[in-house]
Amino acid sequence: MSGKPKLTYFKGRGRMESIRWLLAGAGVEFDEKFLETKEQYLELIKGGHLLFDQVPLVEMDGLKLVQTKAILNYIAGKYNLHGKDLKERAQIDMYVEGTMDLMGMFLMYPFSPPEQREAQLASIIEKATTRYLPVYEKALKQHGQKFLVGDHFSWADVQLIEAILMLEEKKCDILAQFPQLQAFKARACNIPTIKKFLQPGSPRKPPPDEAYVATVKKILSLG
Amino acid sequence: MGGKPKLYYFDGRGKMEPIRWLLAAAGVEFDEEFLETREQYEKLLQDGDLLFQQVPMVEIDGMKMVQSRAILRYIAAKYNLYGKDLKEQALIDMYVEGTTDLMGLILMYPFLSSEDKKKQLATFVEKATKRYFPVYEKVLKDHGQDFLVGNQFSWADIHLLEAILMVEEKACDTLSEFPHLQAFKAKISNIPTIKKFLEPGSQRKPVPDDRYVETVRRVFQAYHDVKAT
Repeated sequence: MSGKPKLTYFKGRGRMESIRWLLAGAGVEFDEKFLETKEQYLELIKGGHLLFDQVPLVEMDGLKLVQTKAILNYIAGKYNLHGKDLKERAQIDMYVEGTMDLMGMFLMYPFSPPEQREAQLASIIEKATTRYLPVYEKALKQHGQKFLVGDHFSWADVQLIEAILMLEEKKCDILAQFPQLQAFKARACNIPTIKKFLQPGSPRKPPPDEAYVATVKKILSLG
Repeated sequence: MGGKPKLYYFDGRGKMEPIRWLLAAAGVEFDEEFLETREQYEKLLQDGDLLFQQVPMVEIDGMKMVQSRAILRYIAAKYNLYGKDLKEQALIDMYVEGTTDLMGLILMYPFLSSEDKKKQLATFVEKATKRYFPVYEKVLKDHGQDFLVGNQFSWADIHLLEAILMVEEKACDTLSEFPHLQAFKAKISNIPTIKKFLEPGSQRKPVPDDRYVETVRRVFQAYHDVKAT
């Protein structure tokens, strides 16, 4: 099936950002349709495009893919970013589930009442520095290779660089105790497809702001 | 690598139950080590057995696997329950993510306060009957096949049966509007490995009770009520 993948979501990071990263990391161009009104969303539902009435939605290869992890899994498999065998895949899966748990903490953050945000952020930083980052630091130190799994670029590396940059937006020195991750970050940012994605004008979305939160709340009828 | 898989978790459902279902359905025998004390958990942590300090953990094929989705995918692929190509895998993944979201609504239920429990239960049954079951009903109706994907038994079927039974435990007549799911339930329950797993004495775990909640709280030292989703 020809044609670029088409992403339907709000104009912001949310659950779609990891998908944008992975497609970009794989060097795959894509189109985006941004949900701006409740009517657009209801039309998608009425048209039977959303299996569980939810976005993200990615249309590619004749499929209407929903559920972030299903979409990511498909892209990783299609573009050879999922390891060379079952065991490498298992290792990649464990790593990405970890980074997704970590980045998942950022998802609800903009929607929390302002008075709770400081405590939440502290919790995210704490989990990042005590539970997650040490794991990736150790993995890189132990095998001394450039990439997390199997000495080649994979979904795990794309997720990790995404997570690192997300954390640094909140705490610029978060990698201070993690020399391997610092080196990893420098390398990853220089991979041509990633470098391109990090340039202004790419489909990469900025951190969520109040306008984004308001749009999502309106469209999903959240309180 | 020889040897049965070994599961490390509490003596209860939680996040390990879908893994038990999948192994059982694949006809794979497994051992279990149940966490009963804080000391056991701390030992696992100290020995570096838990990648992200969390359970479930499954020792399988020389790996100490964590993260239930990673574990499930590995088992599904290893035992040919993951479709025949990437597109079938994608369908299976979508369906499983749906049933995961559904079962996720009841995961924290035993740890909620009493008022939150009532609300959460209502949400669980409502989402089952309005958002999730209609999808699987339609899939089965549209292709008229016995199994959800590719006319072949897969992880998606096992996961759906688990979800159906879980919903029925809370509201026994939820399948009344879904004739295809009723037929599906009967068919899948009769698959020999599943039938065996549904019999008393199998490793299937019962609905979480106070003892289970107490054990989890004690091991994780988490004594607060969880917020409802």
